[in-house]
Amino acid sequence: MSEEIIQDVIIGESEDYIINLGPQHPSTHGVLRLEVCLKGETVKYLNPHVGYIHRGIEKMCEAITYQQIIHLTDRMDYLSAHMNNEAVCMVVEDALQVEVPERVKYIRTILDELNRLASHQLWWCAFGMDLGALTTFFYGLRDREHILDIFEESFGSRLLHSFNTPGGLMHDVHPNFQKRIKDFIKYFREKLPEYDQLLTGNIIFQNRAKGIGYMSKETAIGYGVTGPSGRGSNFSCDIRKIAPYGVYDKVQFNEILETGCDTFARYKVRMAEMWESLSILEQLVDNIPEGDFTAKMKPVVKLPAGEYFRRVETARGELAVYVVSDGNKNPYRMRFRTPNFSNLFVMNEIASGYKIADLIAISGSLDLVIPDIDR
Amino acid sequence: MSSNIYDFSKLTGSVHAWLSGLMSSGWVTFTELVLVGLVFLLLYALLGLFLVYLERKVCAIIQNRIGPNRVGKWGIIQTIADLVKLLLKELIPIRKSDPLLFNLAPFIVIICSFLAMAALPYAKGLQAIDFNIGVFYVMAVSSLSVVGILIAGWSSNSKYSLIGAMRSGAQIVSYELSVGLSLLAIVVFTGSMQLSTIVESQANGWWIFKGHIPAFISFVIFLIASTAEINRGPFDLAEAESELTAGFHTEYSGIKFAFFFLAEYMNMFIVSALGATVFLGGWMPFHIGNWEGFNHIMDFIPSAVWFFTKTFFIILIIMWFKWTFPRLRIDQLLTLEWKYLLPISLFNIVLIAFIVLMGWHF
Repeated sequence: MSEEIIQDVIIGESEDYIINLGPQHPSTHGVLRLEVCLKGETVKYLNPHVGYIHRGIEKMCEAITYQQIIHLTDRMDYLSAHMNNEAVCMVVEDALQVEVPERVKYIRTILDELNRLASHQLWWCAFGMDLGALTTFFYGLRDREHILDIFEESFGSRLLHSFNTPGGLMHDVHPNFQKRIKDFIKYFREKLPEYDQLLTGNIIFQNRAKGIGYMSKETAIGYGVTGPSGRGSNFSCDIRKIAPYGVYDKVQFNEILETGCDTFARYKVRMAEMWESLSILEQLVDNIPEGDFTAKMKPVVKLPAGEYFRRVETARGELAVYVVSDGNKNPYRMRFRTPNFSNLFVMNEIASGYKIADLIAISGSLDLVIPDIDR
Repeated sequence: MSSNIYDFSKLTGSVHAWLSGLMSSGWVTFTELVLVGLVFLLLYALLGLFLVYLERKVCAIIQNRIGPNRVGKWGIIQTIADLVKLLLKELIPIRKSDPLLFNLAPFIVIICSFLAMAALPYAKGLQAIDFNIGVFYVMAVSSLSVVGILIAGWSSNSKYSLIGAMRSGAQIVSYELSVGLSLLAIVVFTGSMQLSTIVESQANGWWIFKGHIPAFISFVIFLIASTAEINRGPFDLAEAESELTAGFHTEYSGIKFAFFFLAEYMNMFIVSALGATVFLGGWMPFHIGNWEGFNHIMDFIPSAVWFFTKTFFIILIIMWFKWTFPRLRIDQLLTLEWKYLLPISLFNIVLIAFIVLMGWHF
């Protein structure tokens, strides 16, 4: 590429000191490219470039059946694979007006929370790493391993589950399922305070996180920042509360809201959500009713012509699925409103004016999963 | 006192006498220079390999891992295998870099750490050059490495490298002051900059115990500031892998990268050795005032063992820092130095001068 072309690509004034964070960079957690304009160490503005891992999932969905679509949704936000699956399943179940058995609802909700826990654990690992505390990574992964073992035992895969199917589950859970979850709850209740000891109380960490990346409630709503990132700005956006699905209407839990609006507030929301998830799991794990693991479905799922919409709360925010069907076995149009896409583009607003090290902390606190942005 | 500690000058003296019998005095000097150089090269390489292995094991223990355990028993040969890999790797030339400076930078950094090793007293009588300004010399040559880092960052033609180098420049120049002032505290106590005199002055107790609380404050400041000066976590802003990928050595590969890597570890050894010498008595065994019997027993442990034990004690503390603390931000780093460490050190120096003046120390 010649000099002039490079000059043309860069937006802004020619004397700006522009660095590209990514697409290969240790702290973008994937192939995200942030075009950052610096003034000394201070970020003047930044420009996220997406599309490096665009696979055309929405378009691919138009060519495959609903059962197959489940497997593609795993690959969007791979850390919330189960929630993504569930969103598509619920759209299909809504459209066909299938009532799924209670057992399925319970197991799905339990898996949601386990998945949320695993995701938050990984976020905690990576957030610590972004700030230079390398030990957090191994503490988090150590505990995440226990959850992944539960997943592996029940449905054979650790990350991309594809355990849901329209109408219920692929097969029943492993007989050890309840026992292992109870063991895990006991184990993790002891281990979670370690996270606070290692990182939360550290004075360097607090200085790095407090007052950084201020995102007002208006900004959060304006950009559609949902999930823990939005709730850190006191924006009540928990779909589990607003539009309960599964058995979220039957369990007691709090929507964690923080008023700090900064990186530390978003950190605290996620830490508190881990405790909430544990308490939800405790309420559910003993009460899984007996019954079928799937509703009776036709082998070929055809949605009646019309438009369908469903949203769930993934570990990162609101995932909405919108399906237009023309009565065939494939959707006419499929659209995912993914949380990370909205959460990413608030970065310019909240990271400008801070140091480059803060930019890393802020992007860590937004907990971005890049394949979810591009789809 | 401490007369029964083995004096290495006997060994070196007999080698000198043997060589003098074989050849003329000019050749003797030449042969001795070569011998000393070889010994230092060997020591440098062995210490470097061992420190890398130690760091990997220590961080593994802190992080609930096992660490290297495949190559050799307990993974001992792992670092040698890594070194061989680095030696065989391609040296990637960088387009539009400044080739002369780009190739020169790793050598400047490694030579600076090499030079500092010459003045350290490793055991009784085992010191290559006993400068009368030993503390000053070690400070001076170890701070020269910032030149190498700046050159590396500038000549790489990479924006990440440049930011890393600039950070490193600001950091080392600032923290140099605190390191110097904390060492000055002991120089005030001893009245000498000669490292051998400083060690000898601790024959009846180490300065960290003899110097009351001010000496302890100096030691803590020295630990913090020297960690910052050698660019190690939590002050590793110059490398800051999550921000700048690898900072000033982003563009280096193969053996040139290994030079930076080795120099970083050897700098850690040098500051630890300096700290051990100045604050913890160097090779001087643990002596308490007039307890002749106790002091006599302590003298049976060889002086080199004392030196390396103390040095590795400080190295382990520095490693412990790195693997538990998050990294500071550049403005916080400079705030810590200029608003906290430097005023405290200055006040501390005045306090120590007062103590010495009144003769309150032991």
